Amino acid sequence: MQAAYRIDVYKTIDDPRSHVLKDRLNRLGFTVDAVHIADSYLINSKFNDRDINRIAEMLTNPVTQGYIVNKPFSRMDFDYALEIGYLPGVTDNVAHTVRESIEDLLKIDLDPEKSVFTATTYFFKGLRSSDEALRIGMELHNPLIQRISLKSVGDYAATGGMDNFIPVVEIHENQDADVVDLDVSEEELALMAKQGIKDPDGSRRGPLALDMASMNVIKDYFIGREKRNPTDVELESIAQTWSEHCKHTIFSAELDDIKDGIYRRYIKEATMRIRREKGHGDFCVSVFEDNSGGIEFDDEFIISDKVETHNSPSALDPFGGAITGIVGVNRDAIGFGMAAKPVANRYGFCFASPFDESPLFRDRKAESKLLSPRRIMEGVIHGVNVGGNQSGIPTPQGFVYFDERYKGKPLVFVGTVGLLPKVVNGKASVKKKAMPGDLVVMIGGRVGRDGIHGATFSSEALTSGSPAAAVQIGDPITQKKLSDAVVKEARDLGLYNSITDNGAGGLSCSVAEMARESGGFEVDLDRVPLKYHGLSPWQVWVSESQERMTLAVPESKIVQFGELMKKRGVECTVIGRFNDSGRGVVTSRGRKIFDLEMDFLHNGLPRKKLGSVSPKRDNAHPVFAEPSDINGVLLDMISRLNTASFEFISSQYDHEVQGNSVIKPVQGKGRVNGNVSVIRPVLGSRKGVVLSHGLYPSYSDIDTYWMAACSIDTAVRNAVSAGARLERLAILDNFCWCDSNNPERLGELKNAAMACYDISVAYGTPFISGKDSMFNDFRGYGPDFNEIMISVPPTLLISSIGVIEDISFCQTLDFKFPGDFVYIIGTTRNELGGSEYLAYSGERISGKKYTGNDVPRVYPGEFLRSYSAVEKAIGKGLLSSSLSLERGGLAVALCRSAMGGLLGFEIELSRLPADGVARTDGLLFSESQGRLLVSVSPDRAGEFEAVFSGLAFEKIGTVTSGRVAIKGPDGKYVAETGVSKLNEAYRSTFKGF
Amino acid sequence: MAGYGINCEEETAFSFRISGADPKIVHINDLITCRGILDSFQVFVFPGGFSYGDDTGSGRALANRIKNNLMDEIKRFIDRDTLMLGICNGFQVMVNIGLIPAIGGFSGREEVSLENNRTSRYECRWVDLAVNRNSCCVFTRGIETLHVPVAHGEGNFYAPPAVLDSILAGDLVALSYVKPDGTPAGGEFPYNPNGSALDIASICGGNGRIMGMMPHPERGIFFNQRDDWTFLRDKHARNGSPVPEFSDGIAIFKNAVDYFK
Repeated sequence: MQAAYRIDVYKTIDDPRSHVLKDRLNRLGFTVDAVHIADSYLINSKFNDRDINRIAEMLTNPVTQGYIVNKPFSRMDFDYALEIGYLPGVTDNVAHTVRESIEDLLKIDLDPEKSVFTATTYFFKGLRSSDEALRIGMELHNPLIQRISLKSVGDYAATGGMDNFIPVVEIHENQDADVVDLDVSEEELALMAKQGIKDPDGSRRGPLALDMASMNVIKDYFIGREKRNPTDVELESIAQTWSEHCKHTIFSAELDDIKDGIYRRYIKEATMRIRREKGHGDFCVSVFEDNSGGIEFDDEFIISDKVETHNSPSALDPFGGAITGIVGVNRDAIGFGMAAKPVANRYGFCFASPFDESPLFRDRKAESKLLSPRRIMEGVIHGVNVGGNQSGIPTPQGFVYFDERYKGKPLVFVGTVGLLPKVVNGKASVKKKAMPGDLVVMIGGRVGRDGIHGATFSSEALTSGSPAAAVQIGDPITQKKLSDAVVKEARDLGLYNSITDNGAGGLSCSVAEMARESGGFEVDLDRVPLKYHGLSPWQVWVSESQERMTLAVPESKIVQFGELMKKRGVECTVIGRFNDSGRGVVTSRGRKIFDLEMDFLHNGLPRKKLGSVSPKRDNAHPVFAEPSDINGVLLDMISRLNTASFEFISSQYDHEVQGNSVIKPVQGKGRVNGNVSVIRPVLGSRKGVVLSHGLYPSYSDIDTYWMAACSIDTAVRNAVSAGARLERLAILDNFCWCDSNNPERLGELKNAAMACYDISVAYGTPFISGKDSMFNDFRGYGPDFNEIMISVPPTLLISSIGVIEDISFCQTLDFKFPGDFVYIIGTTRNELGGSEYLAYSGERISGKKYTGNDVPRVYPGEFLRSYSAVEKAIGKGLLSSSLSLERGGLAVALCRSAMGGLLGFEIELSRLPADGVARTDGLLFSESQGRLLVSVSPDRAGEFEAVFSGLAFEKIGTVTSGRVAIKGPDGKYVAETGVSKLNEAYRSTFKGF
Repeated sequence: MAGYGINCEEETAFSFRISGADPKIVHINDLITCRGILDSFQVFVFPGGFSYGDDTGSGRALANRIKNNLMDEIKRFIDRDTLMLGICNGFQVMVNIGLIPAIGGFSGREEVSLENNRTSRYECRWVDLAVNRNSCCVFTRGIETLHVPVAHGEGNFYAPPAVLDSILAGDLVALSYVKPDGTPAGGEFPYNPNGSALDIASICGGNGRIMGMMPHPERGIFFNQRDDWTFLRDKHARNGSPVPEFSDGIAIFKNAVDYFK
């Protein structure tokens, strides 16, 4: 379809966007001499000349922009014009804003489906060929969500400019529910589970991702109890509700002799035991039962936390996957209790090296090329930028981690911390209950075909059949309006009884979940507002279109609730009613298309029985000579992908909004990335919330038990280093596993879960929330179309959250004054297994990472004594800097504290408390846990040493004004350099990003 | 004012409250439907945020909504002896409405622009600012320097040469970016975080009663909000001097309150 009007808005002054784009393209090898970027608006409605010009003026800043309506661009010479627009049905936020603005300007209503679209038009000068222009197009767009159109200057002139094509959605799905015959062969049933329900044209709808045991239970239920075949709506809905993504079937399965499954046995049981042992000191308020976990903040507030993954969508569309991830997990705060206000975001990205350019393919076809690791990284980083910044939620805490095995599937962790008053409208805010008779109300965005099969799709490996419909783009402003209206107004007016997020599985999951509280529901799908017509009932029911919440609103409050939403520009629709019938019923066009027992839907899923085998890993310790040039090694070790500055991410994420930032993502004059953040969610209060994390995928190559143990220790120790109190510290788990049908992988999972129990109980840090993603594998083809499977290393992210009594005692990592004493706390052991240093050494010597066997271990008793001494020292203001040791060990920590303060250090390795470590590189780079690096004013050294008396600690040197010097065990200098050299290396890695 | 993606209204209201004002957060739609709300207020603030997601240019869509619905109310407000402040996205909105610099008086026409940062990227970082002592700006009275954060993607101040001349001639520059030692940033990143002409961070109009600024004073009212507070605290401790409770940003709000005393 063609639009009636095309408005191109162009710059009349120098445009920084053009320069940055040109430089970027030049760096990638394109010959661009100049580029001009125009914002293009395609408007399809009838206007008189005066009105269309008023519209164009409205879209143009006359100080720096000009516009043309239905005319070719002639402002600069160019060789090629390239337009990038969206594919039909992809969320176009700018178009949404423009439509609202036109309606407001002319006081008219426009067709929401067909009237306004946007695109960006690039005019390039200096390109050698149309092929080069096309390759730029490939670089700038993602074919899964966008389309490009390219014209040479001659073509452009001959046709009077770009075409006015608009991506109107035209779909004609079956408007009825189909009956699916389950009385078929086992083979057909298996095919249905794997590839989806068969449509009349023979094509399959996409995976149900159910195993055969589940398929047979469903068959028995319908044929045996309901005496009929299911509709497609029912089958799709059950598949969503029972998906690995929603039900965590592997974590709840019977595994070997663990009858109640590893989740109950190791994670939940750990929390229950810790809460029992804490007695009156128990600070958990709501754990594992709501959209987030909640702990007590003070007498008035609860603090909530939730960390999610959005891996599969981010692999296909990194920007869309990441933005919907972050905006989606915000809804886990809004959907916690009676609705918590989001007060901080977390992020964590696992990528392959952005410098790796060898291609992967989904299929044996060149067109099925995966986005390169660089494109994935750029897109994901940008997605969280837009999602977090536009929502007005600070994003202080995060990390990036690199390993080549994230090339097929990146891991994108996103989390949100929320703040909720304990009492809302006179009632406990964490108790919510949809009552029979309450109306089912959907607010926020509309429903489209986006995100269909998201829940089932993330329960499968990524292959060529991966549905692009699972891709979606977020709309943070629509959600911001919703969030403000709920959290800042409707909640405190007591206008609803329950609220939950529309996430995985869409309405099918959110309504069914809430209906557990009342005992049943009835929904009329005809009332659900759609983005465009032509959807099938099953699609409306399971669609994961974003920015929607479901609420239970009492009949007596619905008018007031509806009016409030209208005044705040939030779409609000009554779609049904909760009841206590014991059944869920959905109608469409007057016909019942879904009628199931609630009990079967929620509890019918047969529990899996799984068996594991002990993983066998043996990587002999690599034998290599000690490097002679420790100076060079030091510089290399602080500029590794996993240790270098990623300030370019920290500074593009707004971490100051809400004014709650206390300990920031970059610390010290030298701006070094920290591993812990502190926020003050209630302005004016002394109390703070500390956030950190631990993650060691490389240790999984040796032993997942110690991998998990070290992740917990690090998450806890990082928090302690900034001023956390152990007795008010909780943790969250995110397992991102691979190939989880493989008994050896299950053995690794069991070991990791066991460590979660042992270490969390020993530390008294309860798990309050968790999530797992069990199939992070890529099956496809390598550069020569050779078949290939890439599995991520078993990855466990432990996030920590705790309450700090008085933020004014918090400490940062930077050395502050020359002459201060440098102390190490904790013992250094021969624990280089899985370390960054062995990876580096292997790459340097043999071109391939070494792994080794001596994985770091956790000694809870010993470590706990150190941590409570650190707490005491921080409480007395004895530390002048504080940093917990992570990847790269002592050497990297020393460099970070030095760079943070723009100061140096002189230390003697002979003084280091060590346990049988002979080599200099071992002392410098061992990743032994339980250690912290601190500096202390000489005046207070006596007091400091008294606090640590009897523990493993030692003064190892002093802070200098800039000189960096390390004496080896024999007393001779092994490294001498300066802080500016360190800084240069630290910042070199991501310089171009 | 709140709504449509404005997101700094709570901390801005908090800053006014602890400075002695009695602020109210009012949704723009309530301003549109209930006329006359502004008549009982002395200070009007366009807070920071991401109104309409910056679609069609930062501040532009919200400015259009105001132009289409609220111009009479705004005019009536600034005709009284009132103050008006725009922070970050609020500054962008004011510029798009033509509220500042409004050199020949308020005509509703844009005169200056806040363009994409020279890095073409959102920048969240702390900056140093110098106050133009010749400016008649009410909000910066008695202040010499400010250390507060910026957080924006479009803060690159631009004015056509003639307008820039008038701004300089009228001493309408209120704040400019400087290096930590107080010398002009001279366009150098990151001291001038966005490439603004003449390092301009803030301008004023209306005889000093109207100010728009890219930096966020409301995020720098407490000592513990600063990026360097742990260092300063330890320095105070060693000098035996007391650790302050407040920081630079609070002065902007106190000045607004003091204006009406």
